[in-house]
Amino acid sequence: MANDIIIQTEQLTKRFGDFIAVDHISFDVHKGEIFGFLGANGAGKTTAMRMLCGLSLPTSGKATIAGFDIYKKTEAIKRSIGYMSQKFSLYEDLTVKENIRFYAGIYGMSNKYIKDKTALLLQQLHLEDEADKLVGSLPLGWKQKLAFSVAIFHEPQIVFLDEPTGGVDPVTRREFWNLIYEASAKGITVFVTTHYMDEAEYCNRVSIMVDGRIDALDTPVALKENFSAASMDEVFLQLARKATRNDS
Amino acid sequence: MKQFFSFIKKEFYHIWRDRRTMFILLGMPLAQIIIFGFALTNEVKNESIAILDQSKDAASSQIINKISASRYFNVTALLHNPDEIARTFQTNTARIVLVLPSTFGEDLRHVNKAQVQLVTDASDPNIATTLINYATAIITDYQQSLNSTAVIPYQINVQSRMLYNPQLKGAYSFVPGVMAMVLMLICTMMTAITIVREKETGTMEVMLVSPVQPMKIVMAKAIPYLLLTVVNITNILLLSVFVLDVPINGSLILLTGESILFTITCLSFGLLISSVTDSQQTAMMISMMGLFLPTVMLSGFMFPIENMPLALRIVSNVVPSRWYYEIVVAVMIKGLGISSILKQTLVLSGMTVLLLSLAIKNFKIRLE
Ligand SMILES: Nc1ncnc2c1ncn2[C@@H]1O[C@H](COP(=O)(O)OP(=O)(O)O)[C@@H](O)[C@H]1O
Ligand SMILES: [Mg+2]
Repeated sequence: MANDIIIQTEQLTKRFGDFIAVDHISFDVHKGEIFGFLGANGAGKTTAMRMLCGLSLPTSGKATIAGFDIYKKTEAIKRSIGYMSQKFSLYEDLTVKENIRFYAGIYGMSNKYIKDKTALLLQQLHLEDEADKLVGSLPLGWKQKLAFSVAIFHEPQIVFLDEPTGGVDPVTRREFWNLIYEASAKGITVFVTTHYMDEAEYCNRVSIMVDGRIDALDTPVALKENFSAASMDEVFLQLARKATRNDS
Repeated sequence: MKQFFSFIKKEFYHIWRDRRTMFILLGMPLAQIIIFGFALTNEVKNESIAILDQSKDAASSQIINKISASRYFNVTALLHNPDEIARTFQTNTARIVLVLPSTFGEDLRHVNKAQVQLVTDASDPNIATTLINYATAIITDYQQSLNSTAVIPYQINVQSRMLYNPQLKGAYSFVPGVMAMVLMLICTMMTAITIVREKETGTMEVMLVSPVQPMKIVMAKAIPYLLLTVVNITNILLLSVFVLDVPINGSLILLTGESILFTITCLSFGLLISSVTDSQQTAMMISMMGLFLPTVMLSGFMFPIENMPLALRIVSNVVPSRWYYEIVVAVMIKGLGISSILKQTLVLSGMTVLLLSLAIKNFKIRLE
């Protein structure tokens, strides 16, 4: 099963001065998996994800994305991944269509392809009537769904989602997870950070990060068993009690 | 290339949809020029004029009559010798003096050609020029009335002298000054802000994760501002020629070329600022403090550089707008050619290369 590993890290570390934000983390993510990257605020989730996406240079350690070394093959990695940042990353002063057009253009897709796929996407998201409206005028939940669809528009092998459902109401969160399942069904590996524990249940496997380290990594079922907990929330609380870092 | 155009198009959307900023960017230069234009077109009416008549004959009294009859001038003093001219200005008796030399009547009668002199208090150079224009018009009028009956045409030469401000500093310095300011403001500040905004909103990260070269995006951001600048420069020049009567004495092509060079200097500066800061507020502050103020204070357009203390004179050398300002004054006002502004052009080019390479070197592919 080793050849279906799509993300692999070994002792990956990031320091900011004396502060170790990500502390020697090692884990594998399998192809097609929905991998939940959990942790409290300030645990180091974003920092770890940014290293994997090529936005930040690790202090030490190794990692490969889709088989490419993160130090040497940054260009190849960029073509294989999609990314939805923690900040909302569409242009509020562009319309829905213009945003799709622009981000698709970045990946060098042909006009014809973009046009056809945009029509399909708008239909799936029920955004046909909003296609020419400014993104800034849409409700947050719709924006997030759109941002996700834009992040996987070029059909990457892996998509990195950094707290994609932050601040979104529970109903829209469900809808959002349906989109994640659809992407996963198409074979896209999903690497998602969250601090909503109910969302952990939707993942194939989850890792729980505490103070920059990965303290637990398994399927939600196995984790609950190991920690003799009724829910992921309880698992998380047991681990979080040890935490010394508090960012929020 | 197609991709590059779609980036540029996106930048135009940003500018177009932020109407308020767009109107400020296009309107501010016009407003500055027009406000100055109103200050300039002081209507001359019953202006005091002093006369030094050393000729005292028929012709000279005819001219004096003509001037006092016009609705523009009131003769408030008759002087007796040239030493009195300065006192006239100091006591505010008049701002203009007409000097009719002792040979005036004789020259006119015998050789059909005579000279008069107009001396003005040019501490307010705009008014001084206007007064000279009006007085000259009256004298030319007189000359024409003589010629209507003459066989050999008469010719009266008007010599004008600006006291206190012989080079007319200040009068024409406004247009080059506004040009330098507008370029600096739009190209530097707006470029910096628009790039930093993408860092703030997080869209820059998404682009850095994509295979596109970040430099391409940044370049695409500069182009709309370059075009906006061309529009602004055209507007300023049109207004200055047709409303302010400040002509373009030198080559328009040279002026345009130099302006584009300075625009690129400013864009590079904007890029550099955007590469060292992460917030729009900081970018704006750096642009204001670091560039806008020095442009106003040290480029020579408000305060002449030769009157500055040594330390400031040295500092003014590193202010790019100082060099551009000198270029515009030389080409537009003095009508000089490229050979006289080689030094300034070289300095600006050098600065541009330096700024651009610093900006490119500093531009982070990976955000830390
Ligand atoms: N550029 C930086 N410089 C210094 N410290 C940082 C930087 N980025 C993040 N940190 C610190 O690293 C820790 C982890 O941050 P982050 O990865 O954003 O956490 P999470 O995404 O899990 O909330 C935090 O304590 C944060 O303050
Ligand atoms: Mg985070």
